Amino acid sequence: MNVLAAEGEVAFEATTNGLWFVEHAWIVVLVPLVSAALTLAFGKRTPGKGAVYGIVGVGAAFLFSLGVLWHFVEGGGPFEGSIDWFTIGPLHLELGILVDGLTGVMVVVVTAVSLCVHVYSLGYMHGDERFTWFYVVLSLFTAAMLTVVVSNNLIQLLVGWEVMGICSYLLIGHWWEVKENSNAAIKAFITTRVGDIPFMFGIIALIAVTGFTTTNIGEVSHELGLGEVSPLFVSVAALLLFGGTVGKSAQFPLHVWLPDAMAGPTPVSALIHAATMVAAGVYLIGRLFEVFLLADEWVLTIVSIVAAITALGAALLAIVQDDIKRVLAYSTLSQLAYMVAGLSLGELGLTAGFFHLFTHAFFKALLFLCAGSVIHAVHSNNMSDMGGLRRSMPVTFWTMLIGSLALAGIFPLAGFWSKDELLVVAHEEHVDWLFIVFLATAAITAFYTMRMVMLTFFGEYKGQAHPHESPSTMTGPLIALAAATVGVGLLGAPQLNAVFGKWVFFEEIHEAVFVPWIALLSTAGALLGLAAGYVLYRERKAQDPLQAPLGPAWNLLQHRYYIDDFYMRWIVYPVRDTWSTAVNWFNQVVIDGVVNGAAALTRAFAQVIAWFDRTAIDGAVNGAGEVAGRTGNVLKYLQSGNVQWYAVGLFVGVIALAVVFIRVV
Amino acid sequence: MIRLPLVLMFSALLFSAGVYGVLARRNAVMVLMAIELMLNAVNVNLVAFAASLQQMSGQVFALFVIAVAAAEVGIGLAIVILLFRTRESINVDEVNLLKW
Repeated sequence: MNVLAAEGEVAFEATTNGLWFVEHAWIVVLVPLVSAALTLAFGKRTPGKGAVYGIVGVGAAFLFSLGVLWHFVEGGGPFEGSIDWFTIGPLHLELGILVDGLTGVMVVVVTAVSLCVHVYSLGYMHGDERFTWFYVVLSLFTAAMLTVVVSNNLIQLLVGWEVMGICSYLLIGHWWEVKENSNAAIKAFITTRVGDIPFMFGIIALIAVTGFTTTNIGEVSHELGLGEVSPLFVSVAALLLFGGTVGKSAQFPLHVWLPDAMAGPTPVSALIHAATMVAAGVYLIGRLFEVFLLADEWVLTIVSIVAAITALGAALLAIVQDDIKRVLAYSTLSQLAYMVAGLSLGELGLTAGFFHLFTHAFFKALLFLCAGSVIHAVHSNNMSDMGGLRRSMPVTFWTMLIGSLALAGIFPLAGFWSKDELLVVAHEEHVDWLFIVFLATAAITAFYTMRMVMLTFFGEYKGQAHPHESPSTMTGPLIALAAATVGVGLLGAPQLNAVFGKWVFFEEIHEAVFVPWIALLSTAGALLGLAAGYVLYRERKAQDPLQAPLGPAWNLLQHRYYIDDFYMRWIVYPVRDTWSTAVNWFNQVVIDGVVNGAAALTRAFAQVIAWFDRTAIDGAVNGAGEVAGRTGNVLKYLQSGNVQWYAVGLFVGVIALAVVFIRVV
Repeated sequence: MIRLPLVLMFSALLFSAGVYGVLARRNAVMVLMAIELMLNAVNVNLVAFAASLQQMSGQVFALFVIAVAAAEVGIGLAIVILLFRTRESINVDEVNLLKW
């Protein structure tokens, strides 16, 4: 991942078939953006309410990004190109693309999942009131995520980052008529913002390193690599940047928004809150990996600890959830933490972490879309209203089973290879405690996954609706993603040359290793979890079989460790009741006072002006007319019509002039 | 040879008589005749200076003045006749419509 290539320069000699795609990678961003604009402008007048623009646009972007990836499959190198944007003082901003193997993989992931979700939404959102708007934001989100992925500078990245945030907000609150949904949207937006503020300061710190001359990631990394910046400064900058990751990728302690974000339509959960946007935080670490490596060691340790807490804590929470989407949401938190933890292990971990991101995107999107299919059928999110669905929904059942086994890490599905690689890296880097956390989380993951499958598809149906298989627009994407889930894991299989590691690496390619005892251990853990889940949830009971044995711990998990309550009690309420009252008062009294005062002052002044205008100006004008009129009235008598009087005047004048000329001149 | 100042004095008297006639007379014909007096006073002056300065241009100018005066009287009398036909009076005091 050599990001030091000069502008517009190709850092390799041989050309590849994919080179053209890499050089024009900006098209992949532009196409979804255009389709969003088209949907917005013409969507409602287009047959099918405009979904066609999004599907065609994202489909084209997907094919294009396959071309981009092909370049790296052929062994091509990174490419960077940019055009000037604008200049503020010494700060030179550019719009550019930086395409390396990581970007190549990410564009494929984003466009592939986005395409599936676009198609799937045809069925899922059928007849929705704001169907067209939904597609607009979906396409806009895709464009924003791709902007982040291809960006070669920090400001452009931040722009994409924030647009993603607003799209996430809009889509979580898509059904804003329900108060909880709009609350969840606000919660998500504000919580991620808490992370975005340190992120922005981190960006400013990095720009400051270059003396405020450029925001280019490669140049920033280069500047840092010179070693002239104090390690403490770099460490603080790295930690600030990690704040962005904590917010966007929902790591502890800002993880609270993601489970609530499940209030959005399920396709949104699949695309934004499982496969892509939440992965942006992980991507950020990878893109700015130089900063994290140059920082003091304690920064990466903090990253590991945060990730470990999230991985284990969220996995435990997933056990007690009744809402199928919340199970998946906590699972997502846990898996994102896996990736972050992987990245915190250094160069080897980067490849492993991104491989997990890559596989996770497919199987988690698959799981969410399956959950959506189930919800579509039974009209409820709660697993207590489900059960026995494997007969009525065979396609959903089998695809969800594949996704679940992949999530649990069962050979030879995607999750097995990526989790295994993470375990191997943790072992090789001798971070034993993280190794144990990975292993424990994997076992718990297998357990709650099995619980979810059992409660949903086995036993007797508990709900009131008449479940039926979803339409082909929904099952089609499920089958495609299930196929991907089976296939993509092999890209990182050490036995098959581990090609993924040749696309995504830092500084140099590391050969993936296969350690049989680790693979056996992780498989054993997963099987243990699955078996426990099968035994406990084989028979439906009125009470969850874990509730009695866990005792108080069950309550703790039910209340999400009281973290949300803590935030409400000590942050939200104090802010709402004191700060916001004060701010409201300030707004109502001071700001409005200033504004109204300015208006009143202007009004008073205007009245003075009006008086002056009417009295002085009009007076002068009318006065001039009046004077002329009156003078004329007097002088008119001189024109008597009597010619002889004129002649008298003439002669008097002549005589007067004669006197003047003779006497005076 | 009559001395120039005498001639000028005569011409001044003649002009003054003309001025008086123009200003004082009410009869339009008399006013026209008074104008003739003033013109002729000017003619006397022109001729007197021509003789005194031995230059012919004064006399030529006097001839022009006589010609113009003839034309003026022609038009003037025509106006007076028309005036009489419409108003049955040639009193200039009554011809005062052209005013405010």
